[in-house]
Amino acid sequence: MDAPIRRKKNTRRPARKSAPTPGRRKTPGIFRSRLRPLDAWLLHHLHVLVFSLGQLSRTPFPTLMTAAVIGIALALPSGLYLLLDNARQLSQSWDDTVRISVFLNIDVSDVQAQQLATKLQQRSEIQQVQVISRAKALAEYQQLSGFSKALETLDGNPLPAVLVVQPQLNPELGASQNSQVLLALLQALPEVDIAQFDMRWLKRLLAIMEIIHRSVLVLAALLGLAVLLITGNTIRLSIQNRRQEIEINKLFGATDAFIRRPFLYAGLWYGLFGAVIAWSLVQLAFALLQNPVQKLSVLYQSHYQLSVFSYQDVFLLLATGVVLGLAGAWLAVSRHLQEIQPR
Amino acid sequence: MIQFNQVSKRYPGGYEALNQVSFQIKRGEMAFLTGHSGAGKTTLLRLIALIERASQGQIVVNGQHLGRLPNSGIPYVRRGIGVIFQEHRLLFDRTIFDNVALPLVIAGYRHQDIRRRVRAALDKVGLLEKERSYPITLSGGQQQRVGIARAVVNKPPLLLADEPTGNLDPDLSREIMQLFLDFNQVGVTVLIASHALGLIKSLQRRVLVLESGKLIADQ
Ligand SMILES: Nc1ncnc2c1ncn2[C@@H]1O[C@H](COP(=O)(O)OP(=O)(O)OP(=O)(O)O)[C@@H](O)[C@H]1O
Ligand SMILES: [Mg+2]
Repeated sequence: MDAPIRRKKNTRRPARKSAPTPGRRKTPGIFRSRLRPLDAWLLHHLHVLVFSLGQLSRTPFPTLMTAAVIGIALALPSGLYLLLDNARQLSQSWDDTVRISVFLNIDVSDVQAQQLATKLQQRSEIQQVQVISRAKALAEYQQLSGFSKALETLDGNPLPAVLVVQPQLNPELGASQNSQVLLALLQALPEVDIAQFDMRWLKRLLAIMEIIHRSVLVLAALLGLAVLLITGNTIRLSIQNRRQEIEINKLFGATDAFIRRPFLYAGLWYGLFGAVIAWSLVQLAFALLQNPVQKLSVLYQSHYQLSVFSYQDVFLLLATGVVLGLAGAWLAVSRHLQEIQPR
Repeated sequence: MIQFNQVSKRYPGGYEALNQVSFQIKRGEMAFLTGHSGAGKTTLLRLIALIERASQGQIVVNGQHLGRLPNSGIPYVRRGIGVIFQEHRLLFDRTIFDNVALPLVIAGYRHQDIRRRVRAALDKVGLLEKERSYPITLSGGQQQRVGIARAVVNKPPLLLADEPTGNLDPDLSREIMQLFLDFNQVGVTVLIASHALGLIKSLQRRVLVLESGKLIADQ
């Protein structure tokens, strides 16, 4: 019997009493050659990570197909989200086209309103003032509301005169800051009852964008689920294909964790590849959009640039892919590995 | 090393494959298990390797009461048992080297040690020059020897073989049996289920005979 040479100080178990070398050739000094548990564990993980990548690369076409499907599923919501983000930024820069509606006190006559308008017109921060006289306001209201009968029964005009003020853009100040100062100034005038931004259209736009935002979130959740199922199904198939291998591994003492690992890492790789593909797809789509957007923004005399993924966004996308891939693999593994017991 | 106390095994469906079997195999002993087809030989080996659990009775392997062992403990008990199957059960998409290395990889051995041990085991069964080949390129006897190398590569104290010579001609069968004798020589406990009565007789070892799930002889 060859004597075991102990090279590692901390081995878990006491040396086995009889672990004999069979036969004619003695193999010296390899008895306690197991690694320390932690080292072995780390090394094994690294090994399996690379190994599972190697296995995927052995069937490049199916791997690519799966990754592409995952990529498209991830690209849709992330691309839409990016578009929405751009629309938000655009709508913020549209603040400068905001007008201010100034409702005058009811006892201010149309003539006084006209005088006030002329006075305001001279201010540098105001570009234009339009007067809606009380009579005109009434006429418009009757026409628009269909309450003409009801209003006729009232004695006198219940509507005040209104000034519609278009702020002058001061390039040194931010657009919204500009108009906020102006709004306060108008509000302080003695003739003024209420001054407010006329932003109904902007509010509507924001409301619509909120709806779109929610829809994108719902879509993202659904497609995330799809990614989960795609990975899960792919992993399920590869578990079935490697049934024999799993059985043999179990027969020679592999733990469940050991068997699970390559499948989980395969899920991780699928998710990661999918996310990279999604990233490229969105990047490509936005590159194609860049030029037309440029032309459009020139027409609007602005210099709007489509914003693309930030580093954080990219990281988030990749992390999402990895997590979904892992989760899908986990689903498949926890459902199907237990079914495989050695015969 | 192996101890059976009044062990019965009833398969789902009610068939009683083993009935009140008791015996003991000492450390370093070598024994054969024979009996007609369907007598329960494979079942008995499966109980030892924890592929099945006993319905009744007590089994102790290498000091471990299998009845008390939780499922999570099964892998560690199996690492102390080398199993050899009649149908080899090699992985056909891996080289001979990788097939033999499997138990060592599972147990977390170092890369260099895996190399050394695998080559030692392949050398022992006379297939060192085939380490880079795939199983499909080997004959049945060679495949069986690869299976044996895989079973002994991590030097388990116990070897189980289920009809290891089932498909082999008499000469090859004798060679394979000689390998088992060699392992036993250096202290490995060996239990072999086999039909090859003539061969068994010539080896002059202990023989356990099963019939319809009962142990009817122990010579
Ligand atoms: N998984 C199973 N489920 C139900 N019955 C089984 C199962 N495995 C074996 N049996 C039955 O148990 C009995 C013993 O089977 P076993 O495989 O142990 O016999 P054996 O002695 O190995 O036979 P052979 O020499 O043909 O390999 C047989 O009658 C068989 O039909
Ligand atoms: Mg059998």
